[in-house]
Amino acid sequence: MKPAAFDYIAPRSLEAAVAALAAANGDGKVLAGGQSLMPLLNFRMVRPAIVIDLMHIPGLSFIELRGDRVAIGAMTRHADLEFSDIVAAKLPVMAAAMRHVAHLAIRNKGTIGGSLSHADPAAELPMLAVFYGATIKVQGPAGRRDIPAEDFFVSALTNCLEPEEIVFEIEFPVLTPHAGWAFEEVARRFGDFALASIAVSFGLADRRIADARVAVMGVADTPRRLREAEAALQGHQGDPEAAAEFAEVVRSCLTPESDIHVSAEYRKNLIGALAEKALATAWARAAGPAP
Amino acid sequence: MGARGGARAVKIDIVVTVNGRKYATRVEPRLLLSDFIRDSIGLTGTHVGCEHGVCGACTILINGDSVRSCLTLAVRADGADIVTVEGLGTPDELNTIQTQFREKHGLQCGFCTPGMLMTAIDLLNKYPLSSDAEIREGLSGNLCRCTGYQNIVAAIRAAADLRNGSTS
Repeated sequence: MKPAAFDYIAPRSLEAAVAALAAANGDGKVLAGGQSLMPLLNFRMVRPAIVIDLMHIPGLSFIELRGDRVAIGAMTRHADLEFSDIVAAKLPVMAAAMRHVAHLAIRNKGTIGGSLSHADPAAELPMLAVFYGATIKVQGPAGRRDIPAEDFFVSALTNCLEPEEIVFEIEFPVLTPHAGWAFEEVARRFGDFALASIAVSFGLADRRIADARVAVMGVADTPRRLREAEAALQGHQGDPEAAAEFAEVVRSCLTPESDIHVSAEYRKNLIGALAEKALATAWARAAGPAP
Repeated sequence: MGARGGARAVKIDIVVTVNGRKYATRVEPRLLLSDFIRDSIGLTGTHVGCEHGVCGACTILINGDSVRSCLTLAVRADGADIVTVEGLGTPDELNTIQTQFREKHGLQCGFCTPGMLMTAIDLLNKYPLSSDAEIREGLSGNLCRCTGYQNIVAAIRAAADLRNGSTS
């Protein structure tokens, strides 16, 4: 349970980190918060020749409101997001999800850039990035490029980064109007990776659902936005019939797999139940307190 | 040539403050902070269980935040201010949370206790802990195999009540 020997470098600039990663020729690992990489190193499931630590690069940890977007630096810790006033006010679904991200001691170290790069299909931040339609900004030897979150996640634990690219910032659009929203998750133990989870948000037009947004995780090899389910909500009210129909559409979009925790059938049933619950919660929020 | 050839893995100088005492030393990049604390400076109160971040036994405070020392490299602690269980109280003068663990019988074998105490301190610093459910949620990353958690929750409940009483 100890890492194999490696060289270590902590560059002072993003450009230097990218150069070090390119020089490692595929044998380097980027260290952000370490909450996914360190277990892999301890188990010797990865044995990089060199670890490139981002912790001393200035300017990678911030949460900033820029017009209708919230920009977040890649080295911003989960706990920073959890306790951020900007996140609470502008990204309420993220604010609600943050306490589901592992445990406080992990949130104190783990970073958004690390979580996205690790690309666990049952982790909250990749799902939130897909849900919000975030833009993931990366730096490579030839310069910078923007990657839409839905293109970023390729399959379980696999992203679309080139070997020498590093995530440095993520931009989340503020969803308006944000009349109703909910985040629901079930895990075996609070803070564990999700067995299934769903996020829902929508605006209201004539007291009916408009501009719905739906994303799920834990039920496919990447987090997924469900446009069919979004369309199914359009024009509805949050009544039980609509919720049941919504749940059915969500289930029909997905073919989850069995694993050591639960069967595929259980997962499929669970995501439907969470969809109904999420719609009810979101609708209650949109309707506000009874007059 | 990488470290796997054995030729490099150059050691790195670090200065770390642990429980108010400064340690200047040279460490291998792969040295875990948990092993630095236990083996390099001999503070064996920090326990090592799973060594992959699941059990919480090795939890310490770095610059006031609870952190898994098994998921941190010692080189990353350069310049940091660390508190381990030895920095809390003494057998003659336990601190508040330790006192509550004793009062409420919040431990049996004691293996998980250092991690429980350090986690409890961070929870008390950051959350209202207005319900026992919130305390249990906060403890979900720390495994105990003897107590069934009841008395650990009771100890943190008592500490939270004391805190709320003294601040209101």
